[in-house]
Amino acid sequence: MSQRCAVVGIGQTKHDTMRVDVSLNGLVREAVDRAMADADVGWRDIDAIVVGKAPDMFEGTMMPELYLADALAAGGKPVLRVHTAGSVGGSTGIVAASLIKAGVHERVLVVTYEKQSEGNAMWALTVRMPFQQAIVAGAGGYFAPLIRAYIARSGAPADTGIRVALKDRQNGLRNPHSHLAFPDISYEMIADSPMLWDPIRYLETCPSSDGACAVVLASETAARRSPGPAAWIHATAMRSEPTMFAGRDDVNPRAGRDCAAELYRRAGITDPRRDLDCAEVYVPFSWYEPMWMENLGFAPEGQGWRMTQDGVTALDGDFPVNASGGVLSSNPIGASGLIRFAEAALQVRGKAGAYQVDGARKAMGHAYGGGSQFFAMWIVGSEKP
Amino acid sequence: MRQVAVVSFAQSRSVRRETDLNEVEMLMPVVQEAVARSGLQKREIGFTVSGSSDYLAGGPFSFVGALDAVGAWPPIVESHVEMDGAFALYEAWVKLQTGEADSALVYAFGKSSLGDVAEIVTLQLDPYYVAPLWPDAVSLAALQARAFLEASGKTERDLAAVAVRSRRDARKNPMAQLSGERSVEDVLAEPYLVAPLRRHDCPPISDGAAAIVLAADDVARRVCRRPAWIGGIDHRMEPHALGLRDLARSRSTAEAGERAGVGRAAVDLAELHAPFTHQELILRDALRLDDHVPVNPSGGALAANPLMVAGLIRIGEAARRIMDGDAKRAVAHATSGPCLQQNLVCVLEGGR
Repeated sequence: MSQRCAVVGIGQTKHDTMRVDVSLNGLVREAVDRAMADADVGWRDIDAIVVGKAPDMFEGTMMPELYLADALAAGGKPVLRVHTAGSVGGSTGIVAASLIKAGVHERVLVVTYEKQSEGNAMWALTVRMPFQQAIVAGAGGYFAPLIRAYIARSGAPADTGIRVALKDRQNGLRNPHSHLAFPDISYEMIADSPMLWDPIRYLETCPSSDGACAVVLASETAARRSPGPAAWIHATAMRSEPTMFAGRDDVNPRAGRDCAAELYRRAGITDPRRDLDCAEVYVPFSWYEPMWMENLGFAPEGQGWRMTQDGVTALDGDFPVNASGGVLSSNPIGASGLIRFAEAALQVRGKAGAYQVDGARKAMGHAYGGGSQFFAMWIVGSEKP
Repeated sequence: MRQVAVVSFAQSRSVRRETDLNEVEMLMPVVQEAVARSGLQKREIGFTVSGSSDYLAGGPFSFVGALDAVGAWPPIVESHVEMDGAFALYEAWVKLQTGEADSALVYAFGKSSLGDVAEIVTLQLDPYYVAPLWPDAVSLAALQARAFLEASGKTERDLAAVAVRSRRDARKNPMAQLSGERSVEDVLAEPYLVAPLRRHDCPPISDGAAAIVLAADDVARRVCRRPAWIGGIDHRMEPHALGLRDLARSRSTAEAGERAGVGRAAVDLAELHAPFTHQELILRDALRLDDHVPVNPSGGALAANPLMVAGLIRIGEAARRIMDGDAKRAVAHATSGPCLQQNLVCVLEGGR
């Protein structure tokens, strides 16, 4: 019933503040062409396309899969369009994988993007809706109180966030796709950057990026026809919980814990910290690294910050997290989740170049969205599951 | 492939402008009714997926508030498509095929009354070369109608007959928005809205919601006396640029219909998502339906057209007739995009 599925091709754009050199089509094709070249497949080899991105208002094109159809040679093919808030990149990868796992298709092209420069995401996130709670804070203003709650609960040292940002920005310098690259990045530079939403400083926050990420997924049979190493999907999981619910813990959400638990069970993992070699985790604000380390079971509750402070999550650490530079280095929102999934796959394929984690054989990709109520995760390995 | 069936369906009454209820309030009774009729407990349902559009709601993440109301505690396995709910149902069918869930709740909602919907959907068009010209949805449909009339030899009288029949049939559908008895002559005496389309060739602007519960294999047999089994389901895209397509035909519907197995046996009825009269005739041709096959006994999208919902309603209406024992094999169709750009076909069968 459930067929094996592998990542056989990955492509990303150069992410940047404003990709004025390309249209929406051009941006998407930059990633798609690279993914298809990596997989050594042509348009005829693609059975179906799954498109994912965050709200349509970010660019002002409604249901853009209709327009993108021509650039993606989608005529005659099934196309689905996923939208699950910030986790959408991950969800899109999972929906595409389910088409292969179900035996419906042999090869599926996954396409995610955001061209934030076409609009104003801050505005699009804070539209005042009738009869609904107004957030009017943007993402940073929404998450800062949750981070403060985390610090109060865990007693984490105040510079944990700075250390996460320093590590991710240093890693980002090794990644040719990174939007942000500060060659002279230092602890002091981050500590001295302006405080935006206490305790989140300017250099501890993600950028607004134009960018795209595409992945070619294949069945076991189809994967044999792609020349490069495959990243085998060992497990996928998704979970959602309510936004407005007094019983939820939005610092350490149950949906994230449940999602990880199901993921590990499906992948046959009993001790994630031991059984996984590295992780690409959705960290749009520095402090989310220690928070997610706990939520995902890599550290006991209240101890996640120790992994950062002890250098465990560094590229040369025992459990590298966001070797690619993470969301702090590039954040084309709709693509950011799939980028995490794809970077995990690059690691187990041994194709991560200057930020390759030595001997990575099993890795996690993680995405979350909304106010930490939507989660999507997968585990990929160099060996078949 | 696993055997997957529709085991319950519920919909709101479609209205021109729902002023008393917001999207969530409109949706909730529908979801509750679909779950209650399914014979499954809400907690037993293994997967939840919805279809809606932020542009109709006028704000981002319109699905988030709906999910809160539908209920997601303890946390659930959930997904959303920014498409008609029929495509959400397709995602649910795939999920059930993976074996990771045995049942699924699919829902969709949309209030088209909140803005100028004919202009809003203009934002679906190529944002560089076409959308800035602001061709509205009715004008694009009129281009297609003209191409169809010229290619097929059909006349405006044939279009009027579709309108008259749809609104007549809708009199028996308590959820329909437009219904009534008029003659073809009467309709043809009206002025053009955009030639060759008259007001009656166009869908109403509707607010509405719908929900379906799917179940696989023995679960479906346990909870439903006459499950509406999905005999085949497929969907296909066409190029976006209107000049790259033959607007008088629907190749994507024809291919999806073939892959879904429409022609494998006799069809008792079809529910086609044809918001404009000429589109019903195009779709009928594409699916090679015999002349005697009743189309849109519910009145179809000409009687009620809540965007993001109307396609899912077609599947629900077709399934309902099988669950009620009134039909053995039915075809449902959903569309997305300008001039039938993307089409989904689902064959529903009773008696397994």
